Amino acid sequence: MAKIKGAVIIDQQRCKGCDLCVVACPTNVLQLQPKEVNDRGYHFAFTANPDACIGCASCAMLCPDACFTVYKVTIADNN
Amino acid sequence: MNSEEIIKNGTLIYSRPKLLNERNTHYCPGCSHGVVHRILAEILEEMGLEDKAIGVAPVGCAVFAYNYIDVDWIEAAHGRAPAVATAASRLNPENVVFTYQGDGDLAAIGTAETIHAANRGENIVIIFINNAIYGMTGGQMAPTTLLGQKTATTPYGRRADLNGFPIKMSDILAQLDGTCYVTRQAVHTPGAVRKAKKALRQAFENVLAKKGTSVVEIVSTCNSGWKLTPAQSNDWMAANMFDKYPLGDLKNI
Amino acid sequence: MAEEIRLMKGNEAIAHAAIRYGCDGYFGYPITPQSEVLETLEELMPWETTGMVVLQAESEVAAINMVYGGASTGKAVMTSSSSPGVSLKQEGISYIAASELPALIVNVMRGGPGLGTIQPSQADYFQATKGGGHGDYHLIVLAPATVQEMADFVSLGFDLAFKYRTPAMILADGIVGQMMEKVVLPEPRRRRTEKEIAEQCPWAATGRHGRKTRNVVTSLELEPDKMEVNNLRLQETYKRISEAEVRYKEYHTDDAEYLIVAFGSVARICLKAIEDALACGIKIGLIRPITLWPFPTNEIKRLSEKVKGILTVELNAGQMIEDVKLAVECKIPVYHFGRMGGIVPNPGEVLDAFNKHFPEASK
Repeated sequence: MAKIKGAVIIDQQRCKGCDLCVVACPTNVLQLQPKEVNDRGYHFAFTANPDACIGCASCAMLCPDACFTVYKVTIADNN
Repeated sequence: MNSEEIIKNGTLIYSRPKLLNERNTHYCPGCSHGVVHRILAEILEEMGLEDKAIGVAPVGCAVFAYNYIDVDWIEAAHGRAPAVATAASRLNPENVVFTYQGDGDLAAIGTAETIHAANRGENIVIIFINNAIYGMTGGQMAPTTLLGQKTATTPYGRRADLNGFPIKMSDILAQLDGTCYVTRQAVHTPGAVRKAKKALRQAFENVLAKKGTSVVEIVSTCNSGWKLTPAQSNDWMAANMFDKYPLGDLKNI
Repeated sequence: MAEEIRLMKGNEAIAHAAIRYGCDGYFGYPITPQSEVLETLEELMPWETTGMVVLQAESEVAAINMVYGGASTGKAVMTSSSSPGVSLKQEGISYIAASELPALIVNVMRGGPGLGTIQPSQADYFQATKGGGHGDYHLIVLAPATVQEMADFVSLGFDLAFKYRTPAMILADGIVGQMMEKVVLPEPRRRRTEKEIAEQCPWAATGRHGRKTRNVVTSLELEPDKMEVNNLRLQETYKRISEAEVRYKEYHTDDAEYLIVAFGSVARICLKAIEDALACGIKIGLIRPITLWPFPTNEIKRLSEKVKGILTVELNAGQMIEDVKLAVECKIPVYHFGRMGGIVPNPGEVLDAFNKHFPEASK
């Protein structure tokens, strides 16, 4: 069975740290930076668990600031 | 395969619409306006309406919509967007004219303009952001504020005997012969966002087909006004607002 | 259709002139004594011929915002109303002025304040010339005295509005709106093409049509430094208008010893009074400001240097007299005679008022 894997790029300077993507992500890929802030003072989102990404783009759908770019690959199962 | 390889070799699933320019929005973190702006820009771009669209943004938080979506815009006085759009559309019938109005604008100060533009069947899209509060002025009661809901001007909760009832404008607009499409959507889940975008697409298709007035109400959050986090706001909206403002098409002809 | 001589009301002349100017849109709401403008346009159905849009709006507020919307797209658009309705339009007029949009607004004045009367008046002089709505702005204000000028000032008003990107107002009184006179209607001009509009109004929100940058029509600017620049730009426009666009007419002023200042149809009543006075050897001249803003300050000042006194005659409690006094700089006496409530004085009353204030003139 083929496996779908995804990856996201986050525009961290644009991010306002609203947390909606973190809540929306079904595979818990995303978190807000607990301490670090961007130039505008927001605790921006980052991929804490990138390998879990399935490229569903839920984060991108919910992001009010259009910070996400989403990619996906389908990996054929060699078994 | 790691993230870098996926980005290099994978399929692009989603990227920011080009029509949404690089300027950071003034909206509060988590504000529904941002999501609606984004899907509006996506629709205008996907439908190739960059050159035809004229947006009308009246007073309210979204008065600055013109700063973010790279189409021509007219900023309108509070409540008057449908009148402004009426003339813009009638005088430029080959253009695609839309308004982007909040609940105070559409359902209080601009009730007359909204109802009469819709009743004339002006060939426009009315995007109606209903977050049940006045966001820009600091969280006062809106005509759509729920009974019991606390705002800056209903600090003990909205009371029917003092403040009247929340108004369901889309239901009123759906009764008018001039409207061809009235729908109520939300943008609180990925599925809802996709549906809202589809509704917007239909509304703009209606304008291209010169079918009359299309109204897309988006039940929205105002986390600053509601004094909740963005995620809590989405939950509160789903738990409280959808009873009064149920999602779905009210009219589609 | 070429130039044409007709007998009609001033209000009707406005409608005919608008179509012949190549006006793109009219948006109005019925109110006495100007409803014939909208009625005539609906009867003439210009959308069938020139393509001009005519719409009866749900209110004066909506109508002026339709004008704002149409003007924002570079179109030549207008509205008309009468005093209470023009009060309702003031917010929109302020937006139009602030957004530097060309538009034409017609006020066929009736008596106020409040709902007042449907009879003629000139009591909106302050409102028209001193701003009317909020903020620092001016309208170009044209005061017609004849049905012919009602027709002529439509094109003049639009031309000035587009030249300076500012709203113009025809400030007519109910008399000139309602009375019938011979009028020469101008040869029709075609409406501008979209291409011509794009060239003439590169700022207009027409849809980008390949333009790289978006056009935004707005009066909003939250940064004080930028907002002051916007204000200074408006003031610069008003300065240019003041220097170039003052219009007035003088009658019998060459050897006048006294001067009457009156505008609109009242000036015609005064002219009759002056002719009666001249027959008795009393030398009174008349200056009729045609632009109430910009006001013919310098011209009145020049005339004031050779006359003994001035009488202003207005259908109000004394409004234009303030501008006359500013022009005269207190060097000679300036008196007001006016009737209100919709009463129009006859030439005899004007002369009586003159003789009361200047008894020495008839000795």
